[in-house]
Amino acid sequence: MRPRTKRKIRMTFLGWAAALLVAFPIFWMTLAAFKTEIVAVSTPPQLFFSPTLQNFAEVQSRGDYLIFAGNSIVISASATLIAILLALPAAYAMAFHPSNRTKDLLLWMLSTKMMPAVGVLIPIYLIYKGLHLLDTVYGLIIIYILMNLPIVAWMIYSFFREVPKEILEAARMDGARPLQQVTLLLVPLALPGIASTALLSIILCWNEAFWSINLTATQARPLTAFIASFSSPEGLFWAKLSAASLLAIAPIVIFGFMTQRQLVRGLTFGAVK
Amino acid sequence: MAHVQLTNVKKSFGALEIIKGVDLEVKDREFVVIVGPSGCGKSTLLRMIAGLEEITAGDVLIDGVRVNDVPPDARGLAMVFQSYALYPHMSVADNMGFALRLAGVPRQERGAKVLAAAKILQLDPLLERKPGQLSGGQRQRVAIGRAIVRSPKVFLFDEPLSNLDAALRVQMRVELAKLRRDLKATVIYVTHDQVEAMTMADRIVVLNQGRVEQVGSPLELYRQPVNRFVAGFIGSPTMNFVDVTATAVSDQGAAVRLPGGAVMTIPVASANVSVGDKLTLGARAEHLKVAPSGPLRGQVLVVERLGGLTYLYVQLTPADLVIVQAEGDLSVKVRDVVAVALEPRSAHLFRSDGAAISLLGGQPPAT
Repeated sequence: MRPRTKRKIRMTFLGWAAALLVAFPIFWMTLAAFKTEIVAVSTPPQLFFSPTLQNFAEVQSRGDYLIFAGNSIVISASATLIAILLALPAAYAMAFHPSNRTKDLLLWMLSTKMMPAVGVLIPIYLIYKGLHLLDTVYGLIIIYILMNLPIVAWMIYSFFREVPKEILEAARMDGARPLQQVTLLLVPLALPGIASTALLSIILCWNEAFWSINLTATQARPLTAFIASFSSPEGLFWAKLSAASLLAIAPIVIFGFMTQRQLVRGLTFGAVK
Repeated sequence: MAHVQLTNVKKSFGALEIIKGVDLEVKDREFVVIVGPSGCGKSTLLRMIAGLEEITAGDVLIDGVRVNDVPPDARGLAMVFQSYALYPHMSVADNMGFALRLAGVPRQERGAKVLAAAKILQLDPLLERKPGQLSGGQRQRVAIGRAIVRSPKVFLFDEPLSNLDAALRVQMRVELAKLRRDLKATVIYVTHDQVEAMTMADRIVVLNQGRVEQVGSPLELYRQPVNRFVAGFIGSPTMNFVDVTATAVSDQGAAVRLPGGAVMTIPVASANVSVGDKLTLGARAEHLKVAPSGPLRGQVLVVERLGGLTYLYVQLTPADLVIVQAEGDLSVKVRDVVAVALEPRSAHLFRSDGAAISLLGGQPPAT
């Protein structure tokens, strides 16, 4: 066998192993969602069993799934849209009119992601209380915008950087003002990149649990809070927890699966030049 | 009317001065080529005229109006970029009509102007294509078409042909020269390729390290370079330079000792030359001839046969290699020793600081 073929087999094997390892919890959760509570905790674990939809019925009877899902969709989509609208002019300025401090600014923006969120929980909570933003959809949208803005701005900045400078100079000669340069040239040219940025932002918003659990009570709860309401400190009711989790992740998994090509491009941005 | 004037224009990036005071006048309908080695500041100078770079000091005037603070689109210029800089997501028609669309020109009028420009450039069958579906030469023409549509006072070209392959470059050069005649346009054209400069320009500006070395018609620059830099930059193959020493000075010129010991009198204004001065003799390949009586002797290192003519690389001394032009069928082989003759009136003499010593009685005869 040629060494190249050997290498290919090895890499394929490794790839599959990694994928299975990552996917195993989701697979196991999916199985558990269709087991009865007793079967779910039995040792040794059962791979073959008679599936039941009972868990889903019970989960739905405790709270309307559609309300939580609706909150998740509204919050993720709005936060993403606003974050992108805010990031576009910022990225334009940084990519095409950089100053001496642009690099520092970019790093500073990213550095805000390095602090653990819990470090600002108390001040944010008190501010939200004062502004009557606790347990509101608006409150979560605002915190998600702030949470994702550094990544969104950074990504759009990188995509803008890939647009040749001469194109904008030609546009300046043609009489395009900065806003026209963004709307007529940069956004259409960087559209694939902006789309992957949007997808990533939606996924990050959808999966965010810390703020959604701590800043909501009843009205504005998204699906992450829905899952959390089924987890018990004693580790009971695995089957119901699994069913709730499956319901919560299903939309985003399907969404991610459909858009995976865009996503991969976005996540590996700058890697291939 | 389109008249461009630069007075003592300077450009600095921080402490680094790129353009060190350029004066230049481009007359209406003149084709001026700015030529120089890479990094000489020629593109920067063009971008300052275009309005894409700020002017650190000095003034740029278009038709007598100072435009230093006028935005690029309001200067009435159009620029063709080296990379073409087409809008990749727009069709050829939209690319060409973009400036008119921004200016609020109605769709019908826009379409008519785009079509007229497309016809000039034979682009009319391609109007619906995207730039990605075009060849290099077609993209180049779209970039030119985008400039024509705006009916600018002055066309600015920034190395427009350097991304094309050699055959296409020659073809586009001819097309550009023809186009320029048809449009009766004022053109400022930047290139590092002296052949483009020689073939297209009314006047050439030789720029070196941010300074103008010489301005003149192609043949002026070719025959009467003011210094060694211009002499070496203009002309292909490059002018030959050999170090010589002045041995006698008279009204007839300066006598110099050539490599190999022979003495030759060059008819130059020798008032400022004194015996013993270290000078540089410059001679173009076509002014050197293989002749048994020649005062220079050397071994042939390389023979380049181009068919119509032959270039011989002759090693006169270990330090002096000269290129000699000969007929295409000259029977000389590598390692042959040949004698080389030089017509004194076609030689150039340069001082050690590079300045040319002017010839007596004007320019040398044409070849």
